[in-house]
Amino acid sequence: MTDLNILFAGFGGQGVLFSGKVIAYAGMMEGKEISWLPSYGPEMRGGTANCSVCISDNKIGSPLVTNPDILVAMNLPSLDKFVNEVVPGGTIILDSTLIEKKVERDDVNVIYLPASKLAEDAGVKGAANMVIVGRLWRETKFCSEENLDKGLLKSIPPKKIDLLDKNRKMIKTGIES
Amino acid sequence: MGEKVLMKGNEAIAEAAIAAGCRHFFGYPITPQTEVAAYMSKRMPKIGGVYLQGESEVASINMVLGAAASGVRAMTSTSSPGISLMSEGISYIAGSDVPCLIVNVQRGGPGLGGIQPSQSDYNQATKASGHGDFHMIVFAPSTVQETVDLISDAFDLGDKYRVPTMVLSDGMLGQMMEPVVLPEPKDPNNDCKEWAACGHKDKRKHNVINSLNTDPPTLERLNFERFERYAKIIENEQRAEEYLCDDADIIIVAFGASSRVSRSAIDKARKEGIKVGMVRPITLWPFPEKFIKKYADSAKRFLTVEMNMGQMVNDVKLAIECKKPVSFYGRTGGMIPTTKEVYEQIVKLNGGEQ
Repeated sequence: MTDLNILFAGFGGQGVLFSGKVIAYAGMMEGKEISWLPSYGPEMRGGTANCSVCISDNKIGSPLVTNPDILVAMNLPSLDKFVNEVVPGGTIILDSTLIEKKVERDDVNVIYLPASKLAEDAGVKGAANMVIVGRLWRETKFCSEENLDKGLLKSIPPKKIDLLDKNRKMIKTGIES
Repeated sequence: MGEKVLMKGNEAIAEAAIAAGCRHFFGYPITPQTEVAAYMSKRMPKIGGVYLQGESEVASINMVLGAAASGVRAMTSTSSPGISLMSEGISYIAGSDVPCLIVNVQRGGPGLGGIQPSQSDYNQATKASGHGDFHMIVFAPSTVQETVDLISDAFDLGDKYRVPTMVLSDGMLGQMMEPVVLPEPKDPNNDCKEWAACGHKDKRKHNVINSLNTDPPTLERLNFERFERYAKIIENEQRAEEYLCDDADIIIVAFGASSRVSRSAIDKARKEGIKVGMVRPITLWPFPEKFIKKYADSAKRFLTVEMNMGQMVNDVKLAIECKKPVSFYGRTGGMIPTTKEVYEQIVKLNGGEQ
C-alpha cells in the first residue's frame, strides 16, 4: 500500500469524524504519513458531516479527498453525494440498516454492512461507526491490529475512557462481520 | 522532544504560542479560526495567562497593542474579514514599533465571502496590511508541524526587529489534523524590555509608545530608521524550501496549502520524465527572491499555483527580473486545486503552451 484515501460521510452525531480520527491515529501509530480533514461550517449542523483521511508512505499533498479509494456512507444523502466519486476498483462500505438503496455501479466493491443493527443487537446503540471501523480495517489491513487498538486508545478523550471497552467490542464485531 | 500527537492546526497554533511564552491573547471568534480562541480560553486561565474576547476585532487588536507595548508576548488570531477590521490597529502597532503576533486563518473573499480555505489575503499580508509605510514579517506554513515551528520563530523575530509578525494559515491548515511534536515550553520572559512601557520606577526616563508624530522631519526619520531594519530583515530572513529545482525546466512557486498539492503534482510529473520543481516560499515578506532568482537562468519557465487570482505572480516576475515567462494557475473562493489540475497545467507548459 502506498496511498489510501478514505472519505467518511454521514449525519452529524453518528461519529463520522471520530471514526476518521481512530483510523488516522492508527495510521500514525503504524508509522505512516496521515492527515484528517473535516468538513466544517454550516453543513456540519443538520446536514451531512464528512471527513477525509489520507494514509500514505509518502508526504501527503492535498488532505481533501475528492475521489476516495474507500467511501464510508452512513446515510442516504452521503451515498448519493459521493457514490460516483469513488475510484474504479474502490470500495464502498455502507450502513445497510440505514440505507436500503443498492449501489448501481459494477466497478466498485460494495459492502452492505448492517452496522447500526449489529451495534444495537450488541446493546451498544449508536456505535455503528466503530463496527464500520472494524470492517474497514479488515478490508484494508493498513496497520496491525495492535496499532488499530492504539489508535482507538489515543482517540478517546480521558473523560470518556469508560467507553473504551464498548468501542473495542464494536470494532471486534466489525472485524468479524 | 515530546510525544507525537495528532492535532488540529488551529489548536496547534494556540499551544505553540503558549509554548513560546505568550500569555496574552485577545481575539474575536470567526470561522475557520475559532478553535484558536476556544483553545486559548481553556488554557490561558490555567497557566496564569490572559484570554480576552474583545467586543470586536477592532477592540482586540488595540488590546494587543496595549499588551505588546508593555513588552509581553501578545497575539491575536482571526480570519480574513477580521484582518481588514484590524488593519488600522496593525498599522498603529507597526508605527509604534512594538512586536506582536497576528494569525490569519484565511477564508474566501472578498467581503464576507465564504468560510472555506483561501490564500487571497496574500497582497494584504505582504503589501498593505494597513495605511502608511510599513511591513510585517509574514510566514506561510504548509503543515501543522511547520505552523508550530513558525509560531515560535515569529515571536522571536518580532522581538528581534521590533515589528509585528503574521502567520498566514488558511482554513485547510487550520482545520486539518496532522501528527505534530510540540516544542519544549519556554517560560514567559518577564524582564522589562528597554523600550517597553513597563514602569520606570523613577530609575529612567519614561518610554513613550506612540504612533502619532506631527513633525514631518521627525516622522520621516522614524520611517527611514524603520526601513533600515526592514533592509536587514530582507537581507537576513528570507526563507524558502527548494524541491527538485536543480535540473528543472519548469519551476513552480507555491506556498502553504497550494504547495502541498503542487508537490504531489510534481511527483506525478517527474514519473513521466517532466523536469519540474518547486520553490516554496516560507516567508512571504520578505519575499524569498534570493531563492527564486537562482533559477532565473536555468529554468525555462515559472508557474505560480495559488488559491487566489494570481496575487504572487508579480513578485515572482520581479524576483527573476522578467527573464522567463511566469504563468499562473489557481482556484479561488474556497476551492482547493486538485493534483490532477496542477499536473495538467505542468504538462501543458512542458509542451510549450502558455
